Amino acid sequence: MAAALLSASTLTCLRMAAAEEPAGNGEPVAKVGADWQSWRANNDVADLPSAQRGARNFVSYCLGCHSLQYERWSRLGQDLAIPQRLLEQDLLPPGDKATQYILTSMPAADAATWFGKTPPDLSLMARARGRDYIYQFLKTFYVEPARQTGVNNLRLPTTAMPHVLSELEGLKRAVFREVASRGADGQITRSQVFDHFEQLAPGRLSAAQYDGFVRDTVNFLDYVSEPTQTARRALGVWVVLFLLVFTWLAWLVKREYWKDVH
Amino acid sequence: MVVKTATGAPAPLPAGAAAVPAKKGFRAWLNKRLPVDEFIDSQLIGYYAPKNFNIWYFFGSLAMVVLVLQLATGIFLTMFYKPGEATSFDSVEYIMREVDYGWLIRYLHSTGASAFFIVVYLHMFRALLYGSYKAPRELLWLFGMLVYLALMAEAFMGYVLPWGNMSFWGAQVIVNLFGTIPGIGPVLVEWIRGDYGIADATLSRFFALHVALLPLALLLLVLLHLVALRQTGSNNPDGIEIKDKLGADGKPLDGIPFHPYYTVKDFVGIGVFFVLFAIVVFFVPTLGGLFLESANFELANPMSTPEHIAPVWYFTPYYAILRAVPSQRMGALLMLLAVVSFLFLPWLDRSPVKSMRYRGWISRSALVSFAVSFVALGYLGLQPAEGLYVVLARIFAVIYFAFFWLMPFYTRIDPVKPVPERVVYHAH
Repeated sequence: MAAALLSASTLTCLRMAAAEEPAGNGEPVAKVGADWQSWRANNDVADLPSAQRGARNFVSYCLGCHSLQYERWSRLGQDLAIPQRLLEQDLLPPGDKATQYILTSMPAADAATWFGKTPPDLSLMARARGRDYIYQFLKTFYVEPARQTGVNNLRLPTTAMPHVLSELEGLKRAVFREVASRGADGQITRSQVFDHFEQLAPGRLSAAQYDGFVRDTVNFLDYVSEPTQTARRALGVWVVLFLLVFTWLAWLVKREYWKDVH
Repeated sequence: MVVKTATGAPAPLPAGAAAVPAKKGFRAWLNKRLPVDEFIDSQLIGYYAPKNFNIWYFFGSLAMVVLVLQLATGIFLTMFYKPGEATSFDSVEYIMREVDYGWLIRYLHSTGASAFFIVVYLHMFRALLYGSYKAPRELLWLFGMLVYLALMAEAFMGYVLPWGNMSFWGAQVIVNLFGTIPGIGPVLVEWIRGDYGIADATLSRFFALHVALLPLALLLLVLLHLVALRQTGSNNPDGIEIKDKLGADGKPLDGIPFHPYYTVKDFVGIGVFFVLFAIVVFFVPTLGGLFLESANFELANPMSTPEHIAPVWYFTPYYAILRAVPSQRMGALLMLLAVVSFLFLPWLDRSPVKSMRYRGWISRSALVSFAVSFVALGYLGLQPAEGLYVVLARIFAVIYFAFFWLMPFYTRIDPVKPVPERVVYHAH
């Protein structure tokens, strides 16, 4: 299984890398997570080390269930500057070839039986739902013993996905407060509104390190959703510069010709 | 080269001028068999356009440029795109990821679709601004409107092809509108879809129409539009017929040869256009979900409706009108009326002058209110149909229709200004 690839050495690297990450945004000491809807991924696809760490995170924690059916391993290695040897040694599942697409080894039919639905392919998730969506999703798991997986999620309530990152983040509890509101008909309705998170058990990473871990993972998924995006922006600069020069020359020609028109 | 006048008669040579030497070599050989030079002389150099065109007059040639861009990029996309429920979505991602510069071709095509509507809407607004649809240019206007209708069909079917979830549900909503036709509705919808739902058969036929029938129709209609333009000549910001004031040489005093003057000028417009176009293609190809909607990066799924079904921005003014009416049948009817109202403009407008420059405050306020309501409806069509949004959509829909159907009345009482004899032009 891909998750088994998470060796002790990878985790050490992870700690060192994560320590350099800036502190997570929007985490006041008093009410953790109260502002979760305004959390932004703020990732940078051009940040290659971050995308590389994200690829490692994906292989360690996501690939067990999720595929990237439109991305080949070799393409990933090429775009993220991961040498062939490292790619085959640390990322490729045993038996897979670099020319193959990144597919989970979990059979879709079994997954549907186990989780109630087949875990979705993540190739385009960052484009379909947005980077902030994934970022918020991975950071708002909370314990809810009544659910089959033992957890629930603020971004995607009643998600079928277990909190696979709980060993890193630890477990947190959601504190709700009761809000009374008067409807148009004068009736008072009471509803539970999320207030903040409380840490129940620590994980292997600090809050800041976990934030960096999630951001790297989102960054990687952002890259996968459109592998050509850095090349696109780089080429765009030259095209726009050329067009500006062309337009300027065209304007000079036009001005010359139109001197005759009175 | 024989210089010809606008009427096609050879111009008398100035005294002392030597006759132009006859063509030789390949050019002579070619022209004996194909009237290349004659065409250029009579259609480009011999076509006199008013010299006072302003910025609004770039959008006709830009629409042609975008049409060519769409045809060229479309041909390349067709080489890799595979229509079919099981293959469409995958083949688009294949183009985006594995075909060399496939992403560029696809973004040029998807951005081109929106750019097409931007330039066409500005081109149409120009016609409203300067009365370009008025006699003698009614047919020119009608052919233009047919181009617009064909373009709408072309864009709608093209949007279904990637087979994303918004493709599917957009097709579902639009095709079902035909079901509101009394009697034949349900049968008609089934006939259009070729199945009991939007399915493989629908996708394949939309592909056929998108790549073959509609592009041919577009080209033919654009040709007719241009032939009609050549016949009447261009209108201009002053709304004066330049053919009424001819010089001693029989050419319009306020006209200049289309080539080279407007060909060199149009290149400047094309340059500016492509700078903006390239900024979108290379830096914001989805334009925040306006040009490519995020729901369309998910595979079509009949079991999962997107949160808000909204067509792409260029259809949203009509979509807002559709949803402003509680009855779906009435909504569809009003939506249709909103589109075809444009066709009647030449006969609804009773103003004695063409250009807004010389019209009074009533016509001017009417045009401004119309433009504002068109944009507002476009915005509202992107919002959920609830609460204040629906109320606003109703108000703007009333203004939209009032612009057209009260036109016979308000254009007659509008206090117009005297129109000058010659066009207003200040040399730069």
